[in-house]
Amino acid sequence: MADLMEMVKWDKLIEATRETIYMTSISVFATFVLGLLLGLLLFLTDKGNIWANRTVNVVVAGFVNIFRSIPFIILVVLLIPFTKLLLGTILGANAALPALIIGAAPFYARMVEIALREIDKGVIEASQSMGATHGHIIFKVLIPESLPALISGITVTAISLVGFTAMAGVIGAGGLGNFAYLYGFQGNKPFVTLVATIAILIVVFIIQFIGDYFTKKTDKR
Amino acid sequence: MISIKNVRKIFPSKQGSLKAVDDVNLEIQEGEIFGVIGYSGAGKSTLIRMLNGLELPTDGTVTVAGRVISKIKGAELRKARQEISMIFQHFNLLWSRTVSENIAFPLEIAGVNSSQRKKRVQELIKLVGLEGRENAYPSQLSGGQKQRVGIARALANNPKVLLCDEATSALDPQTTDSILDLLVDINKRLGLTIVLITHEMHVIRKICHRVAVMECGRVVELGPVLDVFKNPEQPITKRFVQQVTEPEETKETTQHLLELYPHGRVVQLSFVGETTEQPLITNVIRNFDVVVNILQGKISHTQNGSYGTLFIHLDGQVSEIQKAIDYIHSQQVGVEVISNG
Repeated sequence: MADLMEMVKWDKLIEATRETIYMTSISVFATFVLGLLLGLLLFLTDKGNIWANRTVNVVVAGFVNIFRSIPFIILVVLLIPFTKLLLGTILGANAALPALIIGAAPFYARMVEIALREIDKGVIEASQSMGATHGHIIFKVLIPESLPALISGITVTAISLVGFTAMAGVIGAGGLGNFAYLYGFQGNKPFVTLVATIAILIVVFIIQFIGDYFTKKTDKR
Repeated sequence: MISIKNVRKIFPSKQGSLKAVDDVNLEIQEGEIFGVIGYSGAGKSTLIRMLNGLELPTDGTVTVAGRVISKIKGAELRKARQEISMIFQHFNLLWSRTVSENIAFPLEIAGVNSSQRKKRVQELIKLVGLEGRENAYPSQLSGGQKQRVGIARALANNPKVLLCDEATSALDPQTTDSILDLLVDINKRLGLTIVLITHEMHVIRKICHRVAVMECGRVVELGPVLDVFKNPEQPITKRFVQQVTEPEETKETTQHLLELYPHGRVVQLSFVGETTEQPLITNVIRNFDVVVNILQGKISHTQNGSYGTLFIHLDGQVSEIQKAIDYIHSQQVGVEVISNG
């Protein structure tokens, strides 16, 4: 057992965990903002809604569908030139961010759209009958009324993002995926891979716990 | 207060176009409680939604409180809507907000500052009788309480007109009555003009001053509630009036009575206004040689007087019965002899 424990480079593991958390937090935040914007746009430009506009709706829906359909590992490779242009490098945690965000935001946008559709049309109509502006409707009705679903959606997305960071790690972004690949697989030490897996599971469980807590707290239905 | 002129609303649909509202003309006075009754699909919902611009007429003009609702747009329409409130069948409250926060919502929209908002919300909570429930969420309220929140919310910006879109249709009879009492109270206290749509004649009878009956997008009958009760002209109006004056079982009961009393006549009397207050039956018994048997009766109160129906059985000489019926007729009481068959 002691041998096994010695086999793990603990300082590297901690650094890798920190990188995973870093990549996940930044990409979750950016995905939330971008996904919310896209989701709102999808919802509001749909037929019968306040910004009903077929062209915008079709363009946004097309963008979302295309990027949601590309397997993440391919997206990373596909975005290499773009990342290089943006950051000057394709290595390190920051270099993984564009791919993570572009991969996750369309996925979250669809979740946002579904959450917004769940809102009773009557409530939007009631707000209009009180003389609400579009800003009022978005910030005082749509977002607060769909908040539990928006939070549970970002929780699911965040967990997928942890998985994405591991994949990105394999091609040089660092993090626990990279750690498991480098020291576990290439070093032929399955125990190290197991430790990395446990670390990832802990991160996932913490995200799930926080997400569930806030979903429940905001749900007054 | 409200003027609807030559209004038509046509919805394009796959199977040709649908005329939801067809050439409607209405004038509604300030301080009036005006009811529109009709079955679903009669166009009443579309009509009321044109009063606050949620729906635009295809033709014609809608003027509310001096503003041509069918023409204005944007900021002007939003301003106008603050004076034309609406309450809904399914309440349409924000479930993420407490009672107080829901009532404060229209005040936030109107840009009222926070301290004034708090004060106004307190007043409104008291007005609709929701003291102690300020911090409850809609999911913790009963249907009646939810509608009270809806009403408080609608009154927040001191509107001139209150539109009620089937506001009591989702409530049980007792709660319906308490909400209707509240509406009458508000109408009297604040002088608010109320327009309501419903499919229940009970609602019209209880609180409306005037009523319009709608069928297939048209107003087929219009007048003070009591007059419409007294002389319903259209078959549809008669059916609505029967909802209140005749209990469900009346038909079966009269059939049964006719079998029970093969001699004499079963007569239905209808009283309106002051005629309900005279000792008619006593006079009949004193002056004519007939036996009177009271079978069933009901009196309904409306905002402009009472309306009642009474089923009696008259027995005796045929000529004497006829004289009694003529006498009742001369007393301004409606008489209808129920015959076999």
